[in-house]
Amino acid sequence: MQYAAVTGIGQTHYKARRGDVSIAGLVREAAQNALDDAGLGWDDIEAVIIGKAPDMFEGVIMPEVYLADALGCNGKPMLRVHTAGSVGGSTALVAASHVQSGSFRRVLTVTFEKQSESNAMWALSNPQPFSPHLNAGAGGYFAPIMREYMRRSGAPWDTGIKVAVKDRLHGARNPLNHLQMPEITMKEVEESPMLWDPIRFLESCPSSDGACAMVIADEALARAGPRPPVWIRGGAMRSEPTMYAGRDEANPQAGRDCAADVYSQAGISNPRKELDCAEVYVPFSWYEPMWLENLGFAEQGEGWKLTMEGATSLDEGGDIPWNCSGGVLSSNPIGASGMIRFAESARQVRGDAGDHQVDGARMALGHAYGGGAQFYAMWIVSSDQA
Amino acid sequence: MSDKPGDTEELITAIETPVYLKYNFTAGAATTRFLHQVRKGKLTGQRRPECDCGHVYVPARGSCAACGLATTEEVELGNKATVQSFTIVWIPIPNNPIQPPYIVANLVPDGANISFIHLMSECDNDSVHIGQRVEAVWKPEEEWDYAMDNIRYFRPLDEPDVPIEMIGRVPLSGWEGEQ
Amino acid sequence: MKDVAVVSYAQSDCRRDAGACNEVELVMPVIQEALQAIGLSSAQDVDFTCSGSCDYQQGASFAFVMGVDALGAVPPIKESHVEMDAAWALYESMLKISMGQAESALIYGFGKSSPGELPTVLSQQLDPYYLAPLWVDSVSLAALQARTLIDQGLVTEADMAAVVSRSRSQAKANNPHAQLAGDVSVEELLEEAPWVAPLRKHDCCPISDGASAMVICTLEKAQAWGAPYAVIRGIDHRMESHNIGARDLTRSASTTLAAERAGVGEGPVEVAELYAPFSHQEIILTRALGLDDSTTVNPSGGVLAGNLMMASGLSRVGEVARRIMDGDVRRGVAHATSGPCLQHNLVAVLEAA
Repeated sequence: MQYAAVTGIGQTHYKARRGDVSIAGLVREAAQNALDDAGLGWDDIEAVIIGKAPDMFEGVIMPEVYLADALGCNGKPMLRVHTAGSVGGSTALVAASHVQSGSFRRVLTVTFEKQSESNAMWALSNPQPFSPHLNAGAGGYFAPIMREYMRRSGAPWDTGIKVAVKDRLHGARNPLNHLQMPEITMKEVEESPMLWDPIRFLESCPSSDGACAMVIADEALARAGPRPPVWIRGGAMRSEPTMYAGRDEANPQAGRDCAADVYSQAGISNPRKELDCAEVYVPFSWYEPMWLENLGFAEQGEGWKLTMEGATSLDEGGDIPWNCSGGVLSSNPIGASGMIRFAESARQVRGDAGDHQVDGARMALGHAYGGGAQFYAMWIVSSDQA
Repeated sequence: MSDKPGDTEELITAIETPVYLKYNFTAGAATTRFLHQVRKGKLTGQRRPECDCGHVYVPARGSCAACGLATTEEVELGNKATVQSFTIVWIPIPNNPIQPPYIVANLVPDGANISFIHLMSECDNDSVHIGQRVEAVWKPEEEWDYAMDNIRYFRPLDEPDVPIEMIGRVPLSGWEGEQ
Repeated sequence: MKDVAVVSYAQSDCRRDAGACNEVELVMPVIQEALQAIGLSSAQDVDFTCSGSCDYQQGASFAFVMGVDALGAVPPIKESHVEMDAAWALYESMLKISMGQAESALIYGFGKSSPGELPTVLSQQLDPYYLAPLWVDSVSLAALQARTLIDQGLVTEADMAAVVSRSRSQAKANNPHAQLAGDVSVEELLEEAPWVAPLRKHDCCPISDGASAMVICTLEKAQAWGAPYAVIRGIDHRMESHNIGARDLTRSASTTLAAERAGVGEGPVEVAELYAPFSHQEIILTRALGLDDSTTVNPSGGVLAGNLMMASGLSRVGEVARRIMDGDVRRGVAHATSGPCLQHNLVAVLEAA
């Protein structure tokens, strides 16, 4: 396999509504930022790999066709990935494979969602006769799974509240975020309206417009760039069916297998010790303790202890800060959310994450999941090539 | 008047372009068999007898998802079910008379190995719990259609709880505590 | 890209309406057929799985999620999906094999177009601010392209009818899965009334439901499995502008570029399977690829005989591979397209081992 490294990172501001740009303007803004970061022009890019969540979110079918001009693709290969909520991560991995296969020297990858231009709840809730019309959305789907986690782990009832506060405090250090809540308190989260018990309003992700882009290049080009290369040390994907008998929905095997695969590629045996930080897809607060266990940072039933001890908090000086960027709980342009995790892990090991930088970070995990917590994409990036 | 168009105009931040597309939805052959039974007031599952797993799926979508092979055999399911998990929802459902807070639960009917999502009612929300026994409350027969909405909701039963490790494994004969 | 072997290919019948079948029920039989042909039983037996589909065909989000139920993905598998024709799922799989993360892959594409009105649905693929609100459908855009060709004297209506006549007769001779097949003369076709002028109905591919699947692997693995195989020697794809007015619609510059990169000209092309949803587009593509009378174009009848949208591109590769595996030809070219008026094109070169 050829070495591949992130040489440019570009994000937009995340907002409830970006009325100042079209969809094309939004993706171009992120892409231009990534090119500027890498010190490149459009002609330096050999292929574009684009991803987003379901087309029905914006109502544009296979939007790569329309976005070809905005992303400078005339005469270039362009590939569109769609793996549900994990798509931001999968797209980055597919982009990396263009370089790792030795077929391309430098590619651009972009993901986006402009949720303000359509109605995601509608797009996900087409009535079908074999299930009752409960219009519960993603929160209604995931809440019972969180409740099962609470039952089996015996976690304190306010674990989720702690995560919601921690990620918003992290998020207040990141000026790109949709939600800016530097004064948020446990009490404020607790008193926010209950939506899908145990999920309160402030324990849920927002709905955002935004795009994220990266330039990925081969070894020689990465070394020639203006920024320190961020080496991709491992990449893995796993899928399992939405429903099958005996499926552990609170601790899915696909997530465990994917983590084991990516750790093995990067030579990691103890993720909590060997990683400096992690950007993990946590759209609802309780998913932090659940993923802490699923990803091997804690023993079964003990993920919540790390959260409650402050181990995942930058503000509390935790040993393994999670979602220093503010995470999905602070900005959620769905199709881009996974790539933001990947890009933010890259910023950390490059040492330019601004006010949410983890001191001396050298190795980080980027994580995304989707569907009924059944699709996973993960990568490990490092400032060290090997 | 400005010489350069765009100099003075306000930024257009939205245009409305409604999209109307009509689809003739088909449920699938396996789901069709399921819905025909629901139309008659019966819950049925499906399995593939040759599969080692032998798992019973409901509502069947055409395959034993674990094995990736077609489900071919209908399996009668009970009117009783077990709460696998649940959430108390505080958001109203459009066009539905049920008022928040109400319970949406993952329920495994007796004889099946998979849960489906449905409403629970006639219960004290605070005492709903994992492992609880419930039964289907059907709409009046004259309102039955090819839809899961034929079941209005599930309500609690006065039966012993199913232990965690047995949820998803209760036979059609039901659960009466110590067997 | 590494040379990769196609060891198995299966396609369903092209049917105007697959009726009660849902997505799982459409893909399960072809996946099983493709796997069993080389003695495999589920996605567990390959290193990677990738699919292509489009939610808007049947009108519900996450069509591909149901596809996973047809794979036997317990324990979990390495899997990905493109919201594109499955020819691009093949491309992604070849990247995986080339980078050494997989030795074999299962690829499938499926489409159930019958629930909606496909040409109208595809109008929502256009620029959402300027074009989509006009509801310009895919047939009308193709008609604009045909008109340009005819007005410039590059194609006649008789040329187009000849493409259709040959498609139908070759489908009758060679393709048991075809939706449209038979003997019909150019004269008979020209007697039909225009539909979306200058296109007649027969100039447009039919709308079909169905799926196709393929297994590919490294050459070493193919030799170890001992089954006949065809080698993908080159593959490339190129995008063009979405601005129809900025393109020369009489040519397919992206096809020519992809053909050069894939190495089409490095040997004789005995057979070509081209994804041309409209008769005049087959002529554009034949010219863009530099093919002459020595090449048999669309022996399967092409997509004018049946168009499994999101699987047709993969099927073109499969049709060429099958002819090589059967020993009928030694070298051929496959093509896939996406977007209005051939906006995005993929070209693959296949050879005998």
